[in-house]
Amino acid sequence: MYDFAYHRPSSVADAVKLLASDPDAKVMSGGMTLIPTLKQRLAKPSAIVDLSGIKDLVGISVSGSAVTIKAMTTHAAVAASAEVKKAIPALAAMAEHIGDAQVRNRGTIGGSIANHDPAADYPGAVLALGATVHTNKRKIAADDFFTGMFSTALAPDEIVTAVEFPIPEKAAYVKFPNPASRYAMVGVFVAKGPAGVRVAVTGAGANGVFRHTAMEEALAKNWSPDALHDVGTAEEGLNGDIHASKEYRAHLVGVMAKRAVAKAG
Amino acid sequence: MPKVSLTVNGKPASAEVENRTLLVELLREHLRLTGTHVGCDTSQCGACVVHVNGASVKACTMLAVQCEGAEVVTIEGLAAPDGTLHPMQEAFREYHALQCGFCTPGMVMSAIDLVQRNPQGLSDREIREGLEGNLCRCTGYHNIVRAIAAAQQVMHGKVKELPRAAE
Repeated sequence: MYDFAYHRPSSVADAVKLLASDPDAKVMSGGMTLIPTLKQRLAKPSAIVDLSGIKDLVGISVSGSAVTIKAMTTHAAVAASAEVKKAIPALAAMAEHIGDAQVRNRGTIGGSIANHDPAADYPGAVLALGATVHTNKRKIAADDFFTGMFSTALAPDEIVTAVEFPIPEKAAYVKFPNPASRYAMVGVFVAKGPAGVRVAVTGAGANGVFRHTAMEEALAKNWSPDALHDVGTAEEGLNGDIHASKEYRAHLVGVMAKRAVAKAG
Repeated sequence: MPKVSLTVNGKPASAEVENRTLLVELLREHLRLTGTHVGCDTSQCGACVVHVNGASVKACTMLAVQCEGAEVVTIEGLAAPDGTLHPMQEAFREYHALQCGFCTPGMVMSAIDLVQRNPQGLSDREIREGLEGNLCRCTGYHNIVRAIAAAQQVMHGKVKELPRAAE
């Protein structure tokens, strides 16, 4: 690892000031991707701005219509939250199966979506549930947030502060984990709620998470696994690699989607 | 160089480190607590698992400076001062849950966190899933799972003495 300056601000305003004053500084939330990246010398930030000292960025609140999770809330906290389990059980179940126990104890929702790893689970939930991403500057709709693999609409000095999920009528997430790494080779999050029927696919797209509009149309007419029987998935734009070809991933999208609809009930 | 002050196994500790120093390097190289191992150094194997503020973490994937003011417990901090082993350590011994022993400190630390978070008790399958972040290349996990299943009974106060392994 190359050395760097280290800052642990206690407010979002101070964190933003540090980022604005140094274009080569990087934000760190749980560090579950950033620290391994630094260890491999794949990144050489001048400074790390660690958000773990900002108490105001941790917590979960539930209103009648939405679950709001602050950015530094860990996956373990979301998975164990009785409030989330009650309001959006699919979200708690998804958080319970991210990485391993130690990653869930450190990794955060804000870090996961800001990083937008194409195999990450959270982007699927954010997109399918039609969530709103809150930052220090504005509110961003999920449809506008994810702009490509490892890229988002966030400006360099913009920090995710919370994610607001509308409570759906039904939702479920099913993934096909790589047998060795356990990363999602394909994950499909389906939801039916105030934002209509939405289907988000993670793990498969070369540009990261995406919505499957053909499946959404079919499920809007008939919410059942059978409705997806004749809905294909284009191989174009999918990832093909040592773990799975494009053709296999396209097939898995259909299988995971059917299982997700069945699970949602 | 930055100075980090924390509590390790109930005692205050401090060291001068670099910002890039990992928690596991602080423990092993500065504090000479070599019970915490480095296996893969890529956050996969779990040999370096310790508890930070009560949660299991991979000490190779956390910076030492992030532990300022934190309470850290390592494998060295589990046994009582008179040498009485923690029920999880005792269970690993009783059930022969190790062969070479390299993964054992991390296994034990992960297992204790897993059991503490699940007071309702864990099935064998749940124990196996809970150990996803720990790799053992000797045992095939069978005896590790048996040890944890037995230790949880003691830790939850269901039994006073660790159930003996079958002869």
